Amino acid sequence: MKRKTFMIFVGPSVFMMLLFIAAPLVSVLWQSFHLTQPIYTQVEVETCTPGFPAQICTTETQIRPQLDDNGKIITQTTFVGLQSYRNVLEPERLRAALDAGSWDQLMNLRFWSALRFTLVFTILTLPLVIGTGLLIALAVNNTLQRIKGPVIFISLLPFIITPVIGALSIRWLFIGDGILTAALESWTGRDIAMFAQGWTIELMMYLYRVWHVAPFAFVVFYAGLQTVNQDAVEAALIDGATRFQRLRYVIIPHLMPLVVFVTIIHLMDAYRVFEEIVGFSASAHVLSLQWLTYEFLLPDGTGSRAISRASASAMLTMIGIAILLAFPLRRVWRDHKGR
Amino acid sequence: MSSPANRQPLGLKLVSNGFLALWCLVAAFPIVWITVMSFKSPLDAFDSNPIRVIVGPRTRDIAGGLSILDIVLGLLLAWALIRLALKWLPGQVRALSPEGRHWIGWGVGGGVFALATLILFTVILPAALGVLNPLAGPLGTDVIGLTTEHYRAVWVDRGFTRNFANSMVVTCGVVIVSLTVGTLAGYGLARSGSSFAFWLLVVALIFRALPHSVLVAGYLPYFISSSEWLAPIFGESAPTLYGKPWAVIAVLVAINQPFTIWMLRSFFQNIPQELDEAARVDGCSHFQAFWRVIVPVMWPGVITTGLFSFLLAYNDFLVTSLLLDAQNMTMVPAIANMFNRETTASDEVQAIAAAVSITAPLFLLVMVFQRQIVSGLTAGAVKG
Repeated sequence: MKRKTFMIFVGPSVFMMLLFIAAPLVSVLWQSFHLTQPIYTQVEVETCTPGFPAQICTTETQIRPQLDDNGKIITQTTFVGLQSYRNVLEPERLRAALDAGSWDQLMNLRFWSALRFTLVFTILTLPLVIGTGLLIALAVNNTLQRIKGPVIFISLLPFIITPVIGALSIRWLFIGDGILTAALESWTGRDIAMFAQGWTIELMMYLYRVWHVAPFAFVVFYAGLQTVNQDAVEAALIDGATRFQRLRYVIIPHLMPLVVFVTIIHLMDAYRVFEEIVGFSASAHVLSLQWLTYEFLLPDGTGSRAISRASASAMLTMIGIAILLAFPLRRVWRDHKGR
Repeated sequence: MSSPANRQPLGLKLVSNGFLALWCLVAAFPIVWITVMSFKSPLDAFDSNPIRVIVGPRTRDIAGGLSILDIVLGLLLAWALIRLALKWLPGQVRALSPEGRHWIGWGVGGGVFALATLILFTVILPAALGVLNPLAGPLGTDVIGLTTEHYRAVWVDRGFTRNFANSMVVTCGVVIVSLTVGTLAGYGLARSGSSFAFWLLVVALIFRALPHSVLVAGYLPYFISSSEWLAPIFGESAPTLYGKPWAVIAVLVAINQPFTIWMLRSFFQNIPQELDEAARVDGCSHFQAFWRVIVPVMWPGVITTGLFSFLLAYNDFLVTSLLLDAQNMTMVPAIANMFNRETTASDEVQAIAAAVSITAPLFLLVMVFQRQIVSGLTAGAVKG
């Protein structure tokens, strides 16, 4: 295909990605070093309330945003260097917390607590998702032909459900004296409140994510199991390999590229953990990096949004994902070159 | 299947099938349970005793419910309709729709069938049962409490219909634009071996990893102030992009593009290159070859990719909640807002009803397109 024809075919797509992905990245980088603020002026205001015998008047100085001729707030953009990053990272308080050696103090810093949760979440759910997916795939592969279809149908439900709704539906099972909390209470004989402390909410988030993503791993592994070389399995059988050895030395190596694939996709998606925090209303206890950016972007009480700080936290989030993906992608790259 | 490597001892069979049953229970339970809850009055819905949630004694006292006769007749009707849809409908569609245009037939047939089902269950069945129930004695008395008031409250009183319409606009827009742009790019990438194509794919993969909040942080200030910086181009009528559904469509299409082109590329690679080369030999240009030879055979891949675009747009919370105003809010952020405001238990059950309403179309989607979803999930993986 000639270069020109190729460019016409991919042109619209490349244009969309440049305009809506690459350009915003540049602008985020720029915004993270700049601060846009309204220009404030001090105004003397005299407020009078009717009173007896005379009006009661008080004069006070108020700080008000300056308005232009159309009544719009005049804003000013200044270069602030790393100030926004400092606001997000809070290096002084970090140092204080580290000097004191206090974990609780460290977890009071929003960014560091979000980073801690995001990383733990990503790394802890990964083996669970792969393990659960593999077990389901093996079990479905072993079962009767007739029930495979319905089982796949049911398995897909947690995967396609809207993430916020999925999290909410788990929450409704546990909230207050919901049936699962009641079941846990009668089992342990203790009074349980799942939404009162951070670690139970976190636990539910891990479980929810495994519930949500395991079907994806299952479908991918199940497709891989269909292409396992049966001759190799039979050869291993003749050589006296036990069932576990066949799994370990024939089937798992065959699935390895798929494990890498699922790992990469899962790292990307789990690092973006966000919807769980909305669904479980967890922001008072648990924060994630993407939630942090989201929160800066929401209008605060006065209707202004902390764009600059959001950009700084977005840049830091991106650095994190780059480091996280470097390892599996390097492996793919080596395989690609080795071929 | 009869090879000795597949023979299993009984114990292993039991364990593996037991595990499978457990997984199915875990997978389906939350969804089934919130569906049950959504039909009960708040006291029953949040009862700690599961049997009372299912039976709903207090709902029955307040709002009535279903008798054994209702349940039996309803299940019979549902079973008959499913049989009809699986056995009779495909034959009719094939016989009546014009040759080579089966998808029109499926659209019309499915639509008519859905409408008939709706009328049967909401008008004809209740009317018939209204006559039969008093005659049936003990079989006709209500045993299971059931109320649809929460659905009515959500859809009628709270204006969820508007959110639904917004969701449909955004979702359909994303699917159509994303597939149009992505199909062209996917075909180009599949047929080009240049290093530029390779690097484009690598960059797309990196873009896929970006958290969406990073991108939204880039759009938001420009979207809010767009009437100012677009003024030199559009003059007085420069639009404010913030809150506009079509701006969100553009954003979601772009976010979805990396995934779409990867997936469509792998589908196009499966279409033999000889096919378009033959057309080229016969004197077609690249575009004619694409239009006449590739387009007619590409639909399975396009439908699969479209399903995933649909899921992305339909399920999105972050982008829509930040870039749309209250008037154009889609369903998912709307329910989250509803949820944050909720004060009474009745509000909470209404939120559950809304959640079930959002999930129902997805349920139908998996039912109809299960095979395409599975093939889509594996397409990217198996070919790497």
